[in-house]
Amino acid sequence: MDLKTLTFLVVGATFALYIFIALKTRASTTSEFYVAGKGIHPILNGMATAADWMSAASFISMAGLIAFKGFDASVYLMGWTGGYVLLAMLLAPYLRKYGKFTVPEFIGDRFYSKGARIVAVICLIVASLTYVIGQMKGIGVAFSRFLEIDFAHGLIAGMVIVFIYAVLGGMKGVTYTQIAQYCVLIFAYTVPAVFISLQLTGNPIPQLGLGSTMNDGSGMMLLDKLDHVLVDLGFSAYTMQKGSTLNMFLLTMSLMIGTAGLPHVITRFFTVPKVKDARFSAGWALVFIAILYTTAPAVGAMARLNLVNTIQTGPIGSPQGNLKYANRPSWFEKWEETGLLKFKDKNHDGRIQYYGKNKAFAVKAKAFGWKGNEMVKVDRDIMVLANPEIANLPNWVIALVAAGGIAAALSTAAGLLLAIASSISHDLLKGVFMPNINDKQELMASRIAMSFAIVVAGYLGMNPPGFAAQVVALAFGLAASSLFPALMLGIFVKRVNNIGAISGMLAGLGTTLVYIFWFKGWLFIKSTAMLPDDAAHWLFGISPGSFGAIGALFNFTVALVVSSMTKEPPEHIQRLVEDIRIPAISGVVAAEN
Amino acid sequence: MRDASAYWKANIRLVIGCLIVWFVVSFGFGILLAKPLNSIHLGGYKLGFWFAQQGSIYVFVALIFFYANKMNKLDKKYHVEED
Repeated sequence: MDLKTLTFLVVGATFALYIFIALKTRASTTSEFYVAGKGIHPILNGMATAADWMSAASFISMAGLIAFKGFDASVYLMGWTGGYVLLAMLLAPYLRKYGKFTVPEFIGDRFYSKGARIVAVICLIVASLTYVIGQMKGIGVAFSRFLEIDFAHGLIAGMVIVFIYAVLGGMKGVTYTQIAQYCVLIFAYTVPAVFISLQLTGNPIPQLGLGSTMNDGSGMMLLDKLDHVLVDLGFSAYTMQKGSTLNMFLLTMSLMIGTAGLPHVITRFFTVPKVKDARFSAGWALVFIAILYTTAPAVGAMARLNLVNTIQTGPIGSPQGNLKYANRPSWFEKWEETGLLKFKDKNHDGRIQYYGKNKAFAVKAKAFGWKGNEMVKVDRDIMVLANPEIANLPNWVIALVAAGGIAAALSTAAGLLLAIASSISHDLLKGVFMPNINDKQELMASRIAMSFAIVVAGYLGMNPPGFAAQVVALAFGLAASSLFPALMLGIFVKRVNNIGAISGMLAGLGTTLVYIFWFKGWLFIKSTAMLPDDAAHWLFGISPGSFGAIGALFNFTVALVVSSMTKEPPEHIQRLVEDIRIPAISGVVAAEN
Repeated sequence: MRDASAYWKANIRLVIGCLIVWFVVSFGFGILLAKPLNSIHLGGYKLGFWFAQQGSIYVFVALIFFYANKMNKLDKKYHVEED
């Protein structure tokens, strides 16, 4: 069977599964729509959270990022997992105890302020919507590249699928589909990694293979070999740090706090039956995430090694040492057609030279008659997608990777869209503008909000605003600087009042937005940037993407200082805080009486 | 309310302990001390590199389960567990 038919079959089968689940799990109450009736088993919720969290970026881009940045990419690995520790200990159990439906709802109630709730809704919608654009784009790209359907049709197919299960099933439908999607994506991610690890090191477990001896008879450790090969070609060593330590520190912190503050992740912990389940469920979520996140470094390093070895076939500098362009493998040709891989024969020798920018090596390269790095473009996104082809794996593995990428994008998109729809129908309509609607009307409103959100996201996916690539920094910056501190203070510091919380949120949000826009341009319009976006101009070398942690610090400080100078929160709010800190009140009351 | 505040204090102590470990393995071993740790090897891994790309993640998982188990015990000790 040819690859295209096989891919159609595999992707089609996964879609049939998602729709089957959707029909089985219709939501009939608002509680089912918003929080799946709070009846999801903690392990299953962990799996759904993992699928919700791991987006097209985690599946497709992360290993490529690691392949080209080496040690410096550790910030993403630690940042996007360490947030779950914060979530498990600082937020999830208490918000589950509070027991309502949305994140802005907690902020509004705890700080007894509709204003605070609206600020939270705005942060949520901006963060989620910017995030969802990337997913929509991912779906379109996966369809167009693997199934050769044009981008727009691929996107519409994806939207229809999300529409069916998210609008019908709400959180209940989304949860069960995410569980299925997790299984598809993790299988698709690990199978090629196992094969490649076996080929290179003889060890089937990629996490161990990365720390093993090479299979090529050299007796060298894989990472040492990679360092060696890269340095010899004028690249910097893979395992060495290149960026500034301060920036790595702050970026990791921002990503951790941002992860813990992202509403679509937090909401997932509202769906389990008990407080204790929320704690364990965060652990299970991280187990399922860690399976992919600890495999990714192996995929990245091995892909980089394979890429260099494919091109540099003999000794460096010998005229026959480099691959003839005419003899390039078929995956090379295929990715050239997409424009994501570009070769330019600068010295007209018909061979490919791929090397780094090291100054000492540049002198040597000149002596060899090389006239610059000829791999003028190697898009990092192709590493995971081309990996099975580079390693000559069978066609069904390639088909599986396509289905996995689409599953990763769909599951994250559905979770984000649900967070947006819930906060429109529950926080804005029911909470602020139309408090008198009944349960049935609210359910209808949330379905309409969901449909509307899907259409808006689809439109933005098809016509991505120029800033689409920049928005990840914005989403994490917003979550880290506004939502996380407000939630944490709301639980841990009884004294924080409405004025304190709102000023804190605005301070965190304001400083972070200004810092990002200062270098990226106001509203991401490039020409309005106040300073060039590079390390020399950043304040203390802090990149805009790393600023969320500083924004959070402003938020905490302002909230605490302002609260201490203004009136204590009312009695019933203080009791609310005491109540959410304890899983069940009955025991304490009994002991007291 | 004495029991409730004792329960809360015990929880805070536990959280602080866990977060110290969380900070040390990631920001400490994975970033600030990565360079000196890299002179130690763990199989084919340099230790600092291993903490940054593998070890910290394993410790995070273990920490959450440790915390959840400890909290279960605290819930029982202070009679605040759900039925």
